[in-house]
Amino acid sequence: MARRIKTKDVVGKVASLCRKACIVIRPDVKKAFEAAIKREKSATGRSIIRKLLDNAALAKRSGVAICQDTGMTVIFATLGQDVTFDGGLEKAINDGVKKGYKEAYLRKSVVADPILRGNTGTNTPAVIHYDVVPGDRFEITVFPKGFGSENKSALVMLNPTAPFEKIVDTVVKPILQAGPNACPPFFVGVGLGGTADMAATLAKKALAEPLTKKTKGKHLARLEADILKKANSSEIGPMGFGGTQTVLAVKAKAYPTHIAGLPVAVNISCHALRSARGKL
Amino acid sequence: MKRIELPLTKETIASLKAGDEVALYGKMYTARDQAHQALVADIEARKELPVDLDHITFYYAGPTDTPPGAAVGSIGPTTSSRMDAFSPILLKHGHRGMIGKGERSPEVVDTIVKYGGVYFSALGGAGALLSQSVKAVKIVGYPHLGTEAIRELDVEGFPCVVAIDSRGNNLFAKTLKKAKKMLAAM
Repeated sequence: MARRIKTKDVVGKVASLCRKACIVIRPDVKKAFEAAIKREKSATGRSIIRKLLDNAALAKRSGVAICQDTGMTVIFATLGQDVTFDGGLEKAINDGVKKGYKEAYLRKSVVADPILRGNTGTNTPAVIHYDVVPGDRFEITVFPKGFGSENKSALVMLNPTAPFEKIVDTVVKPILQAGPNACPPFFVGVGLGGTADMAATLAKKALAEPLTKKTKGKHLARLEADILKKANSSEIGPMGFGGTQTVLAVKAKAYPTHIAGLPVAVNISCHALRSARGKL
Repeated sequence: MKRIELPLTKETIASLKAGDEVALYGKMYTARDQAHQALVADIEARKELPVDLDHITFYYAGPTDTPPGAAVGSIGPTTSSRMDAFSPILLKHGHRGMIGKGERSPEVVDTIVKYGGVYFSALGGAGALLSQSVKAVKIVGYPHLGTEAIRELDVEGFPCVVAIDSRGNNLFAKTLKKAKKMLAAM
């Protein structure tokens, strides 16, 4: 049963999600900060997390972005096979990002070429991932990714026989290397399996989902717990000033992979983990 | 919280100790990746600089656009380590105060000690809170750089922490010791 969606509505929806993502703290992130304050043994660490909550409250009240790095815009679109559009979908999504970043006074942080640079002035193009599903759903998650943390991403192609502890260390290493530079406390996305590019996308996707979403598989839940424990034993703490809350959550996603491989991708999010979801 | 006037003086810098929580009052200048690269290129080409480097304080920041009614948009610090390649040359030419977030390289620490500089860490990701202490903004250099242009900020009570003082004491040396040990063992 075909359902036709107006691209004008896609533009409006994406624009409002851009604003929401950058200005309104995610409820699961807010809860994570509140829980972290209770667990943090360092007084400096607790003070920092309290200030982050103050910052979030001020951002929501005043309409000023939580962080000035309103990121390169990543979009996850769930596209039902029975949906049609009255125009170009990709253009509509990008027009929505352009509109949102203009109207909400967000920063234009995208350059046209990685070598030649040159700010595009619109924060487009966005990085768009499409999941095509049966039916007539159309859902969009806008995920602005700041580059202080994105610059600390890692991809390691482990041997298929790599022991569990080696997988843990493979994820913990880039977290420790990031240290204060990516604004801890962190939320860490881990993508395992598929191909190199699939693993990296999974790591990003893991961060776009609610922190409370149940992880598929006891072994992955154990992996998350071991990574969290080891990373926090570093005592890097909030902003690298020492403390027990360096990582607040680790979310792992896996995909079938090749007999010769075990791709492991790590996507670190700073404390300003931001996304907003909507549907048409 | 120590009240510190900008521009920094030799005496003020000498009085600051790693760990001091300060509130800055006066003029600081935004400059991040592109502006640092441009300043160093202009120095090497013996061109006139858009700002006087003598005792200048640079804030590594690229703000969002300014919403109506506000003096400036969201304006938290960017990662300082990306400026490590450029800070030593600028320190040599008179620059003294640096505000950013995260670690600095051993070369930057050595140059801070050599010339009597100071590095402050501001709260990363607190762009809304930090915008409150900025009372006026104007572009003074490299306007074509957009968000990365050099902006003169008039600040009142801009909160930050002395992360590296002029004697080379480094807050991160203690806090990151265990992490560096863990990395060496991996």
